[in-house]
Amino acid sequence: MTGEQPPSSEPLARDSLMRDVPVWDLEPRCRAAIAEGARVQFAYAWFPEKTNEMPAEAGASAAPPGARVPELRYIIHPAPDHAPEIWRCQPGVLQPPSLAAVAPLVSWYEREITDLCGLGFEDQPQPEPLVLLPGAHAERPPLQPGIAPPLVYTPEAQSLPEIAGSAHRDVQLLPFGPIRADVFESAQFTFFYIGEGILHYQPQLFFKYRGMEKRFEGVTPELGVVLAERVSAVGSVAHALAYSHALESAAQCEVPPRAEWLRVLLAELERLYNHLHYFGHLCHTTTLKVGEAQGKYLEELAKQMNAEATGSRFLRNLVRPGGLRREPWLTEIAGSLRKIESEFGPYAQMLESSSTHLDRLMTTGVLGKQLAFDLGATGPIERASGIDRDPRRDQPYGIYRELPLRVAVREGCDARARQQVRIAEAQNSIELIRAVLQGLPQGPISVPCGPPAHSEGLGWAESPRGSVYYAVHVDAAGRLARVKIKSPSFSNWRVFPYTVHDTNMMDYAINEASFGLTIAGCAR
Amino acid sequence: MPLWTFYGLRQGKASTRWPADGDDGQAGVLGMPRFDPEKCQDGCRECVEVCLPGAITIAADDAGGPHSSRLDVNYGRCIACQMCVESCPTGAFTASDDWAFGVRRREDLVWARAAASPEGTALRGEIRRIFGRSLHVRHVDAGSCNGCESELQALNNPFYNLHRLGIFFTPSPRFADLLLVTGPVTYAMRGPLEEAYRAMPEPRFVMAIGTCAVSGGVNGGGHACGRGVEDVLPIDVYLPGCPPNPAAIIEALLMLLQRAPQRVNGGRIVEDANRA
Repeated sequence: MTGEQPPSSEPLARDSLMRDVPVWDLEPRCRAAIAEGARVQFAYAWFPEKTNEMPAEAGASAAPPGARVPELRYIIHPAPDHAPEIWRCQPGVLQPPSLAAVAPLVSWYEREITDLCGLGFEDQPQPEPLVLLPGAHAERPPLQPGIAPPLVYTPEAQSLPEIAGSAHRDVQLLPFGPIRADVFESAQFTFFYIGEGILHYQPQLFFKYRGMEKRFEGVTPELGVVLAERVSAVGSVAHALAYSHALESAAQCEVPPRAEWLRVLLAELERLYNHLHYFGHLCHTTTLKVGEAQGKYLEELAKQMNAEATGSRFLRNLVRPGGLRREPWLTEIAGSLRKIESEFGPYAQMLESSSTHLDRLMTTGVLGKQLAFDLGATGPIERASGIDRDPRRDQPYGIYRELPLRVAVREGCDARARQQVRIAEAQNSIELIRAVLQGLPQGPISVPCGPPAHSEGLGWAESPRGSVYYAVHVDAAGRLARVKIKSPSFSNWRVFPYTVHDTNMMDYAINEASFGLTIAGCAR
Repeated sequence: MPLWTFYGLRQGKASTRWPADGDDGQAGVLGMPRFDPEKCQDGCRECVEVCLPGAITIAADDAGGPHSSRLDVNYGRCIACQMCVESCPTGAFTASDDWAFGVRRREDLVWARAAASPEGTALRGEIRRIFGRSLHVRHVDAGSCNGCESELQALNNPFYNLHRLGIFFTPSPRFADLLLVTGPVTYAMRGPLEEAYRAMPEPRFVMAIGTCAVSGGVNGGGHACGRGVEDVLPIDVYLPGCPPNPAAIIEALLMLLQRAPQRVNGGRIVEDANRA
C-alpha cells in the first residue's frame, strides 16, 4: 500500500485518504493490504443522493433512474499509527464479494449492511440476518432515506446446530435470557454442555436494536450530539467525542485548546468510573464480596464527582461539535479525585494479590493475539492479548500527545490480563485528570461548527471499552443524511464467543464480566 | 481472605441514611429544566426546535387568554439534555435540580397552570400494609441505552444500599411484586416483557423507569421501537429522567409504597409536599 496513490484519491480532513475501489478489486486489494499489516476497522453502506458514475464498471450504473443505490465504505488502517484510509466502492447492480475470508471481522458488518441496507454479499459464509431477529422482516431497507415502516415480526426460534453422535443424549441445552437474573441488559444465550464443559455457545444479541443510526437522519448536526450521547450511556463522552470529531473533520474546524483539554478530562473521568464499575462487577462473579462492595462504592464516588463537575453522573450535555457547550465546575474535582486515588491504590493491590480471586481469573477466557486481531477485538481486550494499540496515542486527537499517557499492554490473554490492563488504565486516568487540572489553559471553549452541504467526516475516540468510530454524511440542507456508529462492544461481542467454546460453565460469568461488554452499544 | 474482612471493616460504614436524613448523593445533578411561561416571548420557537424528543411543543389551541403560554411542556418526554435552557433567549427555561419526578398519572408530568392536588390520586390503601416493609422487584430491560441499568445497579452499592429500605431485586418474576421496565420497548423485547408480566403473581405493579419507558424517548416510534411501556402494560408509577438517578428511583419506589409523597404535580415539583 505504500507509495502509489490512484488518481481518484482525494485527501480528507485529518489526513484520511479516500480511494475509489472497483468491485472486482476489493478482495485482492484487501488481501494485499492485510499482508502488509493493515487492519480493516469497519465497513458500512449509505445511500448517496447523486450516484457518481464509475467508469470501469461495465453495467454497474444500470440501476433504475432516480433510485438511490447503496455505496460501500471500508475504513482501513494501513498501519497502526497511520491515518485511516476510506475505500469507496459503488457496486451498482453487482453483488460485492464478501471479505469475511480475508478479514473475518468484516463479516458482521456485511451482515448488518444486508439487514439494514438490503445489499447482499457474494459468498458470505453466514448469510443469515445478524441485527434483525429470526422472524423479523423489513419491508424496505430501514437505512434507505425516508420513513422506515415498523419491522414486521413473527417470533421464530433461532436455528441451533444439530447434536449427533453416540453421546448426543448426554448433551444438555440451556437457553438463558433474554431477561437474565439480576439487573442486566437483555440478550439471549444458548449453551450446549456436558457436565461442566461447554461444547457450544450461541449468543442472540440485538434484542435491543433501537434503530439509533436511522434516528440521526434529518437531525441537525448540533442536536445529533444529544443522540450520540444516548447510544450507550456508559460511553456517552466517547460517543459524543467521536461524533463531534467526525463533524469537525467535515466542517474543517479547529477546536480551541481549552476545549481540547477539558474533553480529555471528561474522557478520562468516563474511563475511571467505568473501570471502577468493572472491578466491582468482576469481584461479584468471583464472589469476592468485599471487593465487590468496594469497587461499586468507588464507582459511586466517581459518579458523584462527575455530577458535581458536569451536572450529569454520565458526563452528558457538555460536548458539542466545535468544542463544549459550557464550562464544567472544576472546583470539587481535585478533592474527590484525591479520595478515590487514596482508596484505589490499596484496593488494586488487594485485587492483584488475592489468590482466591486470581485463581478464578487466570487461564479463564483465553483470547489469543491472532484471534484478537483477526476478529477485531478492541480496547482493553486487545491490549490484554498483547496487541499494542490505542487511538489516543496512534491516531492522536485532542491533546493526548502533550500528556503523560501510558498505554497498558499485557501478554497474558486471559481474564487476569484484562484486569491488569484496566487497573493500569484507571491509574493512568487519574494521572491524566490531574495533569489536565494543572495545565488547563485559559481561553474560549467553542467555535462554530457548520459542516457544508454534501460534506462527510470520520471521527474516533477511545472509550473505556475500546475504539468508537463515527462516519457522518451531511445532506444538501446541512442536516445529517447518514451516521454510522462503530461501537467497541460490537467489535468485542464478535470476539467473545470464541473464548467460551470448550470452557467451563462455572467460569462463564467471570469470563463475560472480564470482557466488560454492553449490549446497548452493540445493538444500537 | 481474612485480609479482605479486615479491609472491609476498616472502611467503615458507607451507606447514607437518606431519605430519613443525610446525603442524597446528588449534589450538582441537573434535572428537568423549570419553565416559566411569563418570560416566554411571542413567536419564539427556539426551544421547540432544539427539543429532540418533542417534550416542548406549540400548543394546539391558544384559548387560554392573552398571557397564556403557547407552549406545551411534557416532562414525560424530557431527557434533561438542557438544550432548551441554552437556547432560550429570555430565561423561560432554567436549569434546576428537580429530578424527583415520579408520578402516578402521566398527566401530572404535563406542565399545567392549575392542576389537581396530588392527594386526589391516592393508590390502593393496602399497599403500604402489605408491601411497605418488603417489596420484591424484577427488572426488565426493554431496549435502554444502559443508563437506567447503570443507575439501577447503583441502588445496591454500599452508598444507597437499597436493602436497608426493605426493597430487593429478585431473579424470577414469579417472586416479584413490582416490574421495573426500562427502554422504549423494542419490537423484540415486547414479547418477553409481556411474558414476564404474566408470570407475576397478583397483586402486581409496574413502574416505567426513564424517559424511554415513559414515552419512548429519543427512539420512540421508530421502525424498531414502540412508544414506551404504556402501550404494552398498565403502569402504576412513571419516572422520567435520562436516566433517573438512584435517589430519584428510591423516591419513586417509596412513593409506590406510600412511604413518600408524590412531589410532582402539573409538571412542577411541589416544594412543600410533606415528607412521609
